[in-house]
Amino acid sequence: MEMKLTIRRVPTVVSNYQEDADKPRAGCGRNCLGDCCLPVSKLPLYAFKANPAKPSQEDASSTKSLVNILLTEWEDRMARGLFRYDVTACETKVIPGNLGFVAQLNEGRHLKKRPTEFRVDRVLQPFDPAKFNFTKVGQEEVLFQFENGAGDDSYFLNNAPITVADRAPNVVAINVSPIEYGHVLLIPRVLDGLPQRIDPESFLLALQMAAEAASPYFRLGYNSLGAFATINHLHFQAYYLSVPFPVEKAATHKIPLSEDTMKSGVTVSKLINYPVRGLVFEGGNTLNDLANVVSSACIWLQDNNVPYNVLISDCGKRIFLFPQCYAEKQAMGEVSQELLDTQVNPAVWEISGHIVLKRRNDYEEASETSAWKLLAEVSLSEERFEEVKAYIFTAAGLVQADEEKVSEGEEATYKPVPVAPLPIAEGCLVLQ
Amino acid sequence: MATSGAAEVDPGDRERQQHDRRRLASSLTARYSDWVLEALDELPGSFLLTDPSLAGHPIVYASRGLAALTGYPRREVLGRNARVFQGTATDRAAVAGVREAVRAQRAHQVAILNYRRDGSPHWVLLHLAPVFQARDGSLLHFLAVQVPIDAARRRAGAGRGAPGAVLAACREEARVDEDFPCASHAGKVFVDMDKRGLEAEEPCVASDSEKEKATNTANSIVSALNRYSKLTSLVVSGKRCDSVGIPALSSSLNLSVGRIKQSFVLTHSCLPDMPIIYASDAFVSLTGYSREEILGCNCRVLNGPGTSLEVFEEINQHICSEQACTVDLLSYRKDGSSFRDLLHVSPIRDASGKVAFHIWVHLDVGAKHDFNGLTPEVWQLGAVGAVRVAVRGLSASGSLLRPSQ
Repeated sequence: MEMKLTIRRVPTVVSNYQEDADKPRAGCGRNCLGDCCLPVSKLPLYAFKANPAKPSQEDASSTKSLVNILLTEWEDRMARGLFRYDVTACETKVIPGNLGFVAQLNEGRHLKKRPTEFRVDRVLQPFDPAKFNFTKVGQEEVLFQFENGAGDDSYFLNNAPITVADRAPNVVAINVSPIEYGHVLLIPRVLDGLPQRIDPESFLLALQMAAEAASPYFRLGYNSLGAFATINHLHFQAYYLSVPFPVEKAATHKIPLSEDTMKSGVTVSKLINYPVRGLVFEGGNTLNDLANVVSSACIWLQDNNVPYNVLISDCGKRIFLFPQCYAEKQAMGEVSQELLDTQVNPAVWEISGHIVLKRRNDYEEASETSAWKLLAEVSLSEERFEEVKAYIFTAAGLVQADEEKVSEGEEATYKPVPVAPLPIAEGCLVLQ
Repeated sequence: MATSGAAEVDPGDRERQQHDRRRLASSLTARYSDWVLEALDELPGSFLLTDPSLAGHPIVYASRGLAALTGYPRREVLGRNARVFQGTATDRAAVAGVREAVRAQRAHQVAILNYRRDGSPHWVLLHLAPVFQARDGSLLHFLAVQVPIDAARRRAGAGRGAPGAVLAACREEARVDEDFPCASHAGKVFVDMDKRGLEAEEPCVASDSEKEKATNTANSIVSALNRYSKLTSLVVSGKRCDSVGIPALSSSLNLSVGRIKQSFVLTHSCLPDMPIIYASDAFVSLTGYSREEILGCNCRVLNGPGTSLEVFEEINQHICSEQACTVDLLSYRKDGSSFRDLLHVSPIRDASGKVAFHIWVHLDVGAKHDFNGLTPEVWQLGAVGAVRVAVRGLSASGSLLRPSQ
């Protein structure tokens, strides 16, 4: 008989239709995103320009910018009362320290939910149309379609027919349990029923969204199965938070690449002085170059059953990749009860330093040390990380140049050591 | 000063009693609105309001919590002076401190031994706060909040000398002449010395959390009064208005909201009369007021003949319940011309989750606009979203307002 590794956790409710997804339904009388309703519907459309990295004619504060339209539509859904709670009423603070972890007290997110069994030892699982997926979401939860307009400029239409002829639409929908104002889900080709699995095209779409948003405070994230994704239907998360994330401030060490691999313009670094070991991919001559390298790395990880999280930061120019093992440790009973009691699920946002806490006590006592302690459990060991890194390099066609040997003392840098905080002027952070 | 007051009212005289009750109630409703009593009833805590302008400085309002704490039903305290709660062992020094604060019309906090209706003594932290009329700074009411001091904790701290026992012997004549809350009770000693027991003998220090609770309760009551006073445009405040400068947004917040294209103002939700502390460029060009003219004003400044007071009342109701609303209003520019104003008002919370500002987005319905394909109502919400993210991000790590000079 097959051994199954599972953890019990409270599932996050991302849609108002999730809770009754298991009930059988005769026909479909509501405007959902399924094959029954979507093709005959009209939805707002945001068409991004052919080259999202190109500076827009409209400045980022224009009411026509992606972030503005997204926040406008989001506020409208809030006014309509579609969210499970008012996230702006949740306390949030920057924890004093070098990295500046952001803590939020969110007592409502997991309220009234029972823990559910999640299989964590299979990063790839087949799409199951019977389980909750985004085709079951009501259209009022959708903010707009997000498509490549292929023109020189982006545009927005408040009402546009769905173009299913060539391919299923990508949609941006609200997360009804937001962890921050403007929290949305990007669902590539919603009708195609893709499982939670990175492919180069979808990953490029996520980068294009970050580039189109043109704000360092608008980030996208991805959780694989086994790394705290709740729903096995391909989706990225995104939200706007005008605070630098700790991982964006963490020091990195550039890995020298052979001249051959340098051609794409993509550079790879390793995070240092951060509790979770991870790789940072930057640059690339085109968005495509960066998307290809990172998606190859992700594909190796998922094909080899290594759970991982991805943060798309700095307008799609900087990507953090974190292979992780927390859920596995949790399933094996290797995580301390003290950490389990906090019920924090270390997914991409937590790993990046935005930590949502469920108990007031944890929130009030949150410190850089406690955040570090939690995140350190998420990280692969140095040995395992180096092993995975080597595989990723091979898979992504990256060749490491001969390098000075890794110094013996490097392991010791993985602890909260004092590093000078970056001189960041509030409200005008430019990440280069 | 005579010691008149409701204690002297003949309880049998129904008609007179009813007249008195109306007189007491109008002390509040005339200054705030008819809704104020209901709103106060909703507030937790044990507190009362007194009116220094009425003979005997009577209690004009007593909260539900007060009955639970003191055993006095509301009808038994209305019209009486607040000294009804004092008894023989009440610390005279504490009473003197209260009296002094009342004379100086300032806030005061003190631990004091009070007596319940059944004569049993209990320690409370008394928080006294004056309520002023914002316009001329005249005193309207006194607010007295009573927070019970945790007896178990208090006993642990015993041994620092007990003034209670000594002061119980305080001469009667020293406490008959003040007609002020918490001054001593005038003559009737309804506490049997035997009943005082330990409660009265031990010293009392309120904990920080009790002090904070008292202050918070008082603040929330004053801000409720403040909100309701707007309906009579009297406007009250916990602080005497010295035409202090209006606080300015911090430079980074100013920068963030400065990019927003819609016509809107931000009002400060905690200051009396909710003054405008920010006005967008589009608002300035819509209304013709300069920033200098508009900052510090209340949003009523755009009202004129034909502006519906019912609609303004509706906005106030939504503000009180921390809800957003969109209304259709007739507003006036500086030059006296009017426009149909699609007005959206929404509370803006800071990083602690508390309402810090209100945003008022104005739209001249008659003017031509590019709404980017959206309905005007949804287009207006864009300003709300943008302000929310700016305020939330900045207040998590810094300050929203420039430090006061």
